[in-house]
Amino acid sequence: MADYQIPEDLAYTKEDEWVRRDGDEVVIGVTDFAQNQLGDIVFVELPDVGSVTEAGAPFGTIESVKAVSDLFAPLDGEITAVNESLEDEPERVNESCYGDGWLVRLRPSDDAAVAGLLDANGYLASVAERDDA
Amino acid sequence: MSDSLRRTALHATHTQLGARLVPFAGYEMPIQYSSIKQEHAAVRDRAGLFDVSHMGQIELRGPRAIQAAEALVTCEVSSLSPGRARYGLLLNEAGGCIDDVMLTRVADDALFLCVNASNVQTCLEWIQARAGDRVEVENRSQATSLLALQGPSARAILEAIVSQETPLPRRFRVAHCELAGLRTLVSGTGYTGSPGFEIYSQNADAPALWQALLEAGAEHGIEPAGLGARDTLRLEAALPLYGHELDTTTTPFEAALGRFVKPLDRGFVGAAALAERADEPDPRRLVGLEMIGRGIARAEHPIQVRGETVGVVTSGGPSPTLGKSIGLGYVPRHLSRVGTSVDVVIREKPVEARLVETPFL
Repeated sequence: MADYQIPEDLAYTKEDEWVRRDGDEVVIGVTDFAQNQLGDIVFVELPDVGSVTEAGAPFGTIESVKAVSDLFAPLDGEITAVNESLEDEPERVNESCYGDGWLVRLRPSDDAAVAGLLDANGYLASVAERDDA
Repeated sequence: MSDSLRRTALHATHTQLGARLVPFAGYEMPIQYSSIKQEHAAVRDRAGLFDVSHMGQIELRGPRAIQAAEALVTCEVSSLSPGRARYGLLLNEAGGCIDDVMLTRVADDALFLCVNASNVQTCLEWIQARAGDRVEVENRSQATSLLALQGPSARAILEAIVSQETPLPRRFRVAHCELAGLRTLVSGTGYTGSPGFEIYSQNADAPALWQALLEAGAEHGIEPAGLGARDTLRLEAALPLYGHELDTTTTPFEAALGRFVKPLDRGFVGAAALAERADEPDPRRLVGLEMIGRGIARAEHPIQVRGETVGVVTSGGPSPTLGKSIGLGYVPRHLSRVGTSVDVVIREKPVEARLVETPFL
């Protein structure tokens, strides 16, 4: 299997998102495996600040050259910020998916829910099941 | 990957290069090696090398081969000298497109059609049923490998490996050339909108030919390029793709391909139907569009004017060279003027676009 970055200190979902705690908010993005699978990202559609998210429901879209993919909210909560730089530079998601390519900040409605996400090992197993590289 | 998918002679080569392979027209084909944007830029700036061996080649030979082809395609065949290639369409009796083809005349009594991979069987059966006696029709698709070398450095790269005795052809001409000691038919044609060549060879020679081209092209910055870049390139060049801009319900005139249709009194299949339709009040017209609002137009997105759906996008996506989102689509002729403001409905939201001149570059 190809080597995908899966930082130990993040939480993950099976929909290939990462979640990082930051105070009483979380930062959300897509993983290295996701950006690799998608290829060149050319468009990202993010929700408005203030919108409410529902765990498992789509909250935006991410487009590669050839395909459109939904972004799924990992948690219930409220969007507190979006990465506006992705409007002009969507390729940041490919170049720095865990850094400058972050997607949104969210205030979870249930802080304990973050603990219910996958850890790095759990996510690695999820990728291994699906990766055919 | 399914065992029932066909492979080209370059499958092992693609795997070694780390290509992402996907099913396409019954073949396992490389969609990208590095990234679509990078491969696209390589073609526009330097050179890209494509394996398009999945495409079909149908040969017609014999004393009536030329006449048979003349009666089946929209382009003129008798006036095409041996060694020349011409683009045309194969139409059904209703004037709709069965395929778009590149016709190459190789001798007085021989020619071949390069057809879309997805249409090989359809075209073969159509031609066999109508070619008549004294014409041999042969499907050479499986026996033939086809590479496309496209970009401003393509000619320089071939010059480095072509034998002096077999000079390269000019645009829309073909020549038997020895490349790196291998016998090939080189065609001054392509599907990218950049200058370049398509190179026919025996399957057994294809891997060595591919290697020789990559090596000769190294100093020019050549890159292997996949079907992903092939699509973004042809879209910028506003070249139609069968199944998107063309199908059995579209006529060449609707698809803005009238210049590839010879006079309708020549009696080719579909000519009578086209003549009957010549007085239709407001047929569709293929147009180019550029997104103004935020969003990427894609195939099947509706095109609206003042809230009313009037047409549909047939192909769309980012233009890496222009840094914009572009598309092709059908609208009624009376709404097809360049500059017309339209909306493309993307995920139920109308997004502003404008009709523009094509090609986009």
